[in-house]
Amino acid sequence: MKKFNAFKRYFGLLFLFIAPFVIYELITGAIDNIDTAGKKDINNPIIWIVIITIFIPIAIGLVIFGWYAFRGEYDHLPQKSKEL
Amino acid sequence: MASFGIRKIIAASSVGTMIEWYDFYIFGMLAKTISTQFFPEGNPTAALLSTLAVFAAGFIVRPFGALVFGRLGDMIGRKYTFLLTLVIMGASTFLIGCVPNYKTIGIAAPILVLILRLMQGLALGGEYGGAATYVAEHAPVGKRGLYTSWIQTTATLGLFIALGVIMLVKLNMPDAQFNAEWGGWRYPFWISILLVGISIYIRLKMKESPLYAELKAAGKTSVNPIKESFSHKANFKMVLLALFGAVMGQGVIWYTGQFYAQNFLETKCNIEFEQSRTIMLWAIVFATPFFIFWGWLSDKIGRKWIMMAGLLLGILTYRPIFNTFLKDSSIEKLAVKEEKLLSQKFIFSNNNYDSINTTETKIVYENGLSTKQTKIDTCVRSIYMYKFIPPKTKITYSEKHLPAVIYWQFVLLVFCLILFVTMAYGPVAAFLVELFPTKIRYTSMSLPYHIGNGVFGGLVPFIGLLLTTTYPEDPLVGLWYPIGVAGLCFVIGALYLKNKIDRNIND
Repeated sequence: MKKFNAFKRYFGLLFLFIAPFVIYELITGAIDNIDTAGKKDINNPIIWIVIITIFIPIAIGLVIFGWYAFRGEYDHLPQKSKEL
Repeated sequence: MASFGIRKIIAASSVGTMIEWYDFYIFGMLAKTISTQFFPEGNPTAALLSTLAVFAAGFIVRPFGALVFGRLGDMIGRKYTFLLTLVIMGASTFLIGCVPNYKTIGIAAPILVLILRLMQGLALGGEYGGAATYVAEHAPVGKRGLYTSWIQTTATLGLFIALGVIMLVKLNMPDAQFNAEWGGWRYPFWISILLVGISIYIRLKMKESPLYAELKAAGKTSVNPIKESFSHKANFKMVLLALFGAVMGQGVIWYTGQFYAQNFLETKCNIEFEQSRTIMLWAIVFATPFFIFWGWLSDKIGRKWIMMAGLLLGILTYRPIFNTFLKDSSIEKLAVKEEKLLSQKFIFSNNNYDSINTTETKIVYENGLSTKQTKIDTCVRSIYMYKFIPPKTKITYSEKHLPAVIYWQFVLLVFCLILFVTMAYGPVAAFLVELFPTKIRYTSMSLPYHIGNGVFGGLVPFIGLLLTTTYPEDPLVGLWYPIGVAGLCFVIGALYLKNKIDRNIND
């Protein structure tokens, strides 16, 4: 169990890095594809603004999740609501 | 609780939720007609409003609705909150069907439609959490998965009814009548008011959830559910785990298995309207009972591994399944059995030298597959009239009609895709309910659910288009997004979720 928990903790680091990578990819995707003359959805700046705006807090959530996992916060999950 | 009582509770909750899904889907399915009626091309303001109507409703307003109605549900009760969401949804849907088009009232038309669409998103955000919580809080120990799985069927059944109603209306009138200002496309919106009326009547007769009523009588309800849900570390940890370890993956599996598959059959395989719709309808009919089966099984063996198996099967089989769709609907290697000229049209320019020749031919292949071939020859001779320039020819194929064997093979494959949906989605309501305490359950479970489904699921077509544009040589490249998200979710779920069923949700 201890080894498994250690494994879970190190995996948390992966999520810490995935989140900024996703935001980076979205921003570069927006820069590459926004084209006011284009007709596809991926050319539309408004859609990119909506998606990036909504994804930033989600990515922050993933960073926090990764951090909690790395700190061992998920080694034990609550068994009763009193623990929440 | 008497089984008759619980049956009424499940029925009343499920029917209302199903109608809300129906209301939400018909807008998306009629997007092309709605766009012509309310958001005309060439008007930048209308284009902006159209974009917001499509994207903001799913991505921003749904999670926002989850917060607004989740908070209400934890503060004033489940019954009145999910009654309110139903009223808002029903009224918005009916009113969309009543708004005159852009030609009649100008820019007011898209503005009104946008407002009503956002109201729909808001209501949907509040509905699911209320219905799932309400049923779960009535369910006896050991049957929570089974009973809440009825709520899980509603999204798919809502899709089924939306597909069916639109198809019925469309097949019973000419296209021009369907697409007219006050034409058939409005009927599905008007039908909604009848369905919602019945559902409101049933829901009014329901009582408050016993667990919530007990909590309220003891004065232990939450004063600020949003703060308790997201600023208390112990609970916030569970919100994150629910989102990244379960609903994020379930959202993309759901969307890929139903919407992406339908869109793929229509646009990439070019299968005709009626066949592509009936393939979906048959697959939904055969797969829907499995929501109940997995919900029941999750009460016996736990929720986690059923949900994870649904994700894993999607990850492993998406590319082979969608590749089969492409391969078996392809006409490249088929020998032509019969050709029939449907129409031929010549358009000449003023100087009579340039011309566009459009020929439509029905082609039947040796295996029984048929398609409409449209051949456009453009001849330009005016400048070099004494020199022969070969005509430019563009050939497109549409309205493919599959032979029975391939048709039923496609039904089977779509059934498999929806089966994965039932595995990932069937036990999720019971799983979410068990993760959070009664006093903040509505808020805590609604937000991750709508981020998982609305945002991660809703992005499947957009990211698919992005990937297809970036890597055009691979027609299946769009599938890497759902595969990637489901893969990440599978890893998180497998490592961090527990499989234990929480028998006591009274706390």
